[in-house]
Amino acid sequence: MAEPIIFVLMALAAIAGAVTVVVARNPVYSAMGLLGALFSVAVLYVVQLAHLVAAVQVIVYAGAVLTLFLFVIMLIGVDKSETRDEKLPFQRAVVGGIAGVVILLVGALTLFGDFVWVPAAAPALNPDATNGTVQAIAEPMFTDWVLAFEATALLLTIAAAGAIALAHHRRSPT
Amino acid sequence: MIVDAGWYMALASVLFFIGAIGLLLRRNALVMFMSIELMLNAVNLTLISAGRALNDINGQVAVFFILVVAAAEVVVGLAIIVAIFRRRATASVDELNELRG
Repeated sequence: MAEPIIFVLMALAAIAGAVTVVVARNPVYSAMGLLGALFSVAVLYVVQLAHLVAAVQVIVYAGAVLTLFLFVIMLIGVDKSETRDEKLPFQRAVVGGIAGVVILLVGALTLFGDFVWVPAAAPALNPDATNGTVQAIAEPMFTDWVLAFEATALLLTIAAAGAIALAHHRRSPT
Repeated sequence: MIVDAGWYMALASVLFFIGAIGLLLRRNALVMFMSIELMLNAVNLTLISAGRALNDINGQVAVFFILVVAAAEVVVGLAIIVAIFRRRATASVDELNELRG
């Protein structure tokens, strides 16, 4: 079937986008790399039948959050902050070493290790149980997790009010 | 033929560590924020994969709440960055050292 091929392609695209976020000198390129990584992960959600989550990922992340990032980059200005070089005398080598060890470890565990990633796995995959349609997501969200749902609604309201309060420009600073 | 959940977990851990490396290496506040988004996204991928392997829809519901919290975090964080930039005209976290003892 198609899942292994899609997984390999989208995993490579996601890693390429993630590396672009980290290494790009220009923050706009970083934002574009993030966009690529988010889209690739959204495709992996679709492969795993999380349809609604994938749609929300594209709309909220790639649509709203990335646009917000690009607006702030535009507002702050790209060249001003990035022409200076970053003073990191030894951190790069240390972090590079740690990253190499971790990636080697993960690769070895995945390829050769007899490592249980998801313990207590169900005997057989049941695609009907995790078919992420709107109805399937909404039913637990509005019954079991309704308190968390209301809390996130409150959180969003607070965040919007806080952002307005922070960004409010006073004409005469005292 | 399906891909085992372990491969998704491995991809998610690689993405998470690339994000962590970006958070540690870059001094531009905006790029650090993008790295945090990358790490949150990697965690979301593990939740989706684990939910699928365990035949549980609640993994996807949890991803929803993480998305909402991440959106709120980005809104407030970017507002703070803009407010700092207005006052100091810099987006580098190394130059914000007023609290140094």
